[in-house]
Amino acid sequence: MTALPGRGHALHLLTQMVRIRRFEERCAELYSAGKIRGFLHLYIGEEAVATGALRALGPDDALLCTYREHGHALVRGVPMNKVMAEMFGKQEGCSRGRGGSMHLFDAEHRLYGGNAIVAGHLPLAVGMGLGDQMAGRQRVTACFFGEGAIAEGEFHESMNLAALWKLPVLFACENNGYAMGTALARSESQTALTVKAASYGMPAVSVDGMDVVAVETETRAIVDAIRAGGGPAFIEYKTYRFRAHSMFDAELYRDKAEVDEHRKRDPIPSFLRRMIAANTLTEEDLAHIEAKVAEELSEAVAFAEAGTWEPIEELTRDVYTEVGA
Amino acid sequence: MSEVTFREAVRMALRESMHADERVFLMGEDVGRYGGSYACSMGLLEEFGEARIRDTPLSESGFVGAGIGAALVGMKPIVEVMTVNFSLLALDQIINNAATLRHMSGGQVNVPVVIRMSTGAGKQLAAQHSHSWEAFYTHVPGLKVLSPATVVDARGMLLAALDDPDPVVIFEHSGLYNMKGEMPEPPPAVDLTHARVAREGTDVTLITHGGCLRRTTEAAAALAERGISAEVLDLRVLRPLDWNTVFESVAKTHRAVIVDEGWKSWGFSAEVSARIAEDAFWMLDAPVRRVAGVEVPIPYPTHLEQASIPQTAQVIAAALEVVGHG
Amino acid sequence: MGDFVMPSLGADMERGILNEWLVKPGDAVAKGDIIAVVETDKGAIEVEVWSAGVIEELCVDEGTDTPVGTVLARIRETENPASEPSAAATATPSPPPEPVATTPAPPAPAPSAPAEARGRVMASPWARHLAAERGVALTGVTGSGPLGAVLGRDVPAAAAKTAHPKPDKVDQLAAMRRAVAKAMARSKREIPHYYLGTDVDVTGALAWLARRNASVPPPERLLPAVIWLKAVAAAIRKVPQVNGFWQDDALRLSEPIHLGFAVSLRGGGLVAPALHDVDQRTPVELMRAMTDLVTRARRGRLRGAEMTDATLTVTSMGERGVERVDGVIYPPQVAIVGLGKVVERPWVVDGEVAVRKVMHVSLAGDHRAHDGHTGGLFLNALADALSAPEAL
Ligand SMILES: Cc1ncc(C[n+]2csc(CCOP(=O)(O)OP(=O)(O)O)c2C)c(N)n1
Repeated sequence: MTALPGRGHALHLLTQMVRIRRFEERCAELYSAGKIRGFLHLYIGEEAVATGALRALGPDDALLCTYREHGHALVRGVPMNKVMAEMFGKQEGCSRGRGGSMHLFDAEHRLYGGNAIVAGHLPLAVGMGLGDQMAGRQRVTACFFGEGAIAEGEFHESMNLAALWKLPVLFACENNGYAMGTALARSESQTALTVKAASYGMPAVSVDGMDVVAVETETRAIVDAIRAGGGPAFIEYKTYRFRAHSMFDAELYRDKAEVDEHRKRDPIPSFLRRMIAANTLTEEDLAHIEAKVAEELSEAVAFAEAGTWEPIEELTRDVYTEVGA
Repeated sequence: MSEVTFREAVRMALRESMHADERVFLMGEDVGRYGGSYACSMGLLEEFGEARIRDTPLSESGFVGAGIGAALVGMKPIVEVMTVNFSLLALDQIINNAATLRHMSGGQVNVPVVIRMSTGAGKQLAAQHSHSWEAFYTHVPGLKVLSPATVVDARGMLLAALDDPDPVVIFEHSGLYNMKGEMPEPPPAVDLTHARVAREGTDVTLITHGGCLRRTTEAAAALAERGISAEVLDLRVLRPLDWNTVFESVAKTHRAVIVDEGWKSWGFSAEVSARIAEDAFWMLDAPVRRVAGVEVPIPYPTHLEQASIPQTAQVIAAALEVVGHG
Repeated sequence: MGDFVMPSLGADMERGILNEWLVKPGDAVAKGDIIAVVETDKGAIEVEVWSAGVIEELCVDEGTDTPVGTVLARIRETENPASEPSAAATATPSPPPEPVATTPAPPAPAPSAPAEARGRVMASPWARHLAAERGVALTGVTGSGPLGAVLGRDVPAAAAKTAHPKPDKVDQLAAMRRAVAKAMARSKREIPHYYLGTDVDVTGALAWLARRNASVPPPERLLPAVIWLKAVAAAIRKVPQVNGFWQDDALRLSEPIHLGFAVSLRGGGLVAPALHDVDQRTPVELMRAMTDLVTRARRGRLRGAEMTDATLTVTSMGERGVERVDGVIYPPQVAIVGLGKVVERPWVVDGEVAVRKVMHVSLAGDHRAHDGHTGGLFLNALADALSAPEAL
């Protein structure tokens, strides 16, 4: 049993999860209104993972994510204004509007995307870890990916390389049970992901991704070990996405009942209940948080709305580094 | 005659071929329960069962290679890769295996695999989901590369590809799936050898394929209003390309504009242009012009995305320029 | 043992296709015999052998594309150097003559009329193709394209003259064009041209020719071109510095006078084969040689030496109605003579204005090889020769 957080810590965790939830709900609405386009992959139901796990990282550690990364960006500290502006494609966005929902970048916060080729960023994480190791830096590179990525060759190649060279890389697998419409059991011969990971000779643990406290505790332990020079590690967060894979998804592959069952484990109310039971937080705390988040959100939407479109004359900007610019 | 969507036309061909030949099967990511990322195989799992409508893990290199292997032992696999962007993970299998096995074996084995993939921009999917890699595949001897632009071809070319003894890559432009068109009754067979004159004209030849046909035809219509008669070629088969039809048309109009969504440099349009310069040089009354992708990874916002791919107005402008009305 | 190798039939020839063997192992060959047909950029060319003997072995199959210098056949040499090269060449049966265009001097390898002297005519490929097909000189055509470029649509309007038959292959034309392009580009790149020109009264010469033609049977009648060529040869005898080659940074004069003489081919393209020993032959012989050469050029059966050994080229634009032409020298030659159209002009004769037949003659000289002074002497000698045709 993991130790429960104190009040300040708990307020932080709750606030982050609520920020993600409300932000994404608003994104779904804005998508329907045509303000956000392209693919929109929502993280709703999975908030505890980014919220808990990212607390284990220091500001110098690097972070790589998939296209389902709005939560990671917000928790990491990328201002909501900039994230929302990016969703709109405005040049005030964190990737100057070029990336959109799937490609949130913020080098200052060491967020290296927003990567939309499944498993394509795993080798990058290996290389970043290699660079840090060679330069003698004590940084950790955390790479988040869905369980769907485990079927790709790049996952296996990356795991092997990282383990072979004892690189400071955290392989953070967000197992929400489905890769688009394909359930884990339909895509993996071995569904125990830690068994696969362990075969590469690295520590591999599995944690309940609906429990933000467990996520944070387990992640911290494993990140500390990596930072201490223990080489790479794998962590599986068992979670569930409550919504469709992206906005276009008839969800023919799962029952409503199954979704409803998982909704009962919604990480936000369950955390709040535990904290109230422990007398750490109150309902009023939540109300207060909601109010603050609503304010932040409406400001972010206003900021994005007021944002500007990059001039077409600049279309070919940033294809190459402009020397001296 | 009935009206069907491009997606339905693809599905028609999938169903017909699966009914006609039990060696035919479909595999790819989410082709079964999900119904296909562009819903082409919706309902087929129920009709043909899991053995023939196979959901695969995210293992592009693995399952494309498996399709090639199954073809080697007499199956007729249709492998669906969600988009051409992900096919890059399977490029090794397609180029080093599918395209070479017949030749390397001295003609002893052949690879009747059909690989379908969506291509193209226009849905604001940004720089990892929007590109057109036709140039990669058309570069490779041993592959046949198709680019249907009509519902008749969407169905007919898939069926013809299944009858072909060699590996065939089919590009389905994602912007076409909802397009409606007339499907004659009974649906006609099509060949994999000819380009199609989509519109006849005498002043300039507009050469295109797949997703760019619509804008090119729009441009031809607009040109007609200005008294310029543009011939539109729908290439259909990108490799081996029907150069005769191209040269014949250029010999008639003496002017060519190539419209292709891929990047201009070293691209598909570059080859078409080079061949015209080489083999139809003496027919030209004006330099060949290309309306093609701008040299930039495709950006997310719609105004920048559209600015990076061919637009009707650009086709019109290029045509006006070569006919000397620019 | 002698080797018969793929000959270099021009400075720009790197390879050729052995089209046809005209001999087989065991055949005896004399020096100068034509033993093979080679396909080059410039068309099919008959190549002669430079030693006498018996063919031992044919080393290359018909249809093989081979680099210059490759051994094509081995010849066991015999002691007898009996036959003269020219005799051997004349002994070769020439193909049945075809009707030849009435004039033997179509556009020269590098015609460039005054209008385009400052730059080349801008014309689209299609316009060039049409012009070549219809025998239209682009120089005179008004272009409707960008920067005044001549487009395909401009050509039919300008095509007053009857069209030549259509070319069967665009490719051949393209190859020919490339060959001309290469030689001409090299010329303009390397040769510092100087240009001289003067009008010459040819009334007397033409009158003499008319009288002469009236008095002989048709086979012996001559075209004016024969007189012009004989006159050029006579002028060369007086001023030999214009006859030869610029090679290895030196002028190498030629004793024989082989005049290159442009022949336009059906469907476009042109070659400038050489008429050999123009000074040695009688006008009637020359007339026959010319007819033969045009016929063979148009059938693609020129001999290798004819393609390469002209010592000076004569270009005539008269038939195109052009009054003046300043040519581009065909490297490695060092001069080109341009003949314009014969026109009637007011001309002062013995202090009186009279109407005379006048032709503009020009000389483009290679300034590395000789100077304008030499060129001037040459043009004067040419004018003199033209005024005394009987002496030719
Ligand atoms: C190489 C590659 N293949 C296919 C896709 C299309 N695709 C996007 S997300 C996805 C499912 C990925 O599932 P998972 O890794 O479990 O992550 P989740 O979406 O569940 O977060 C697929 C198939 C892709 N983006 N990249």
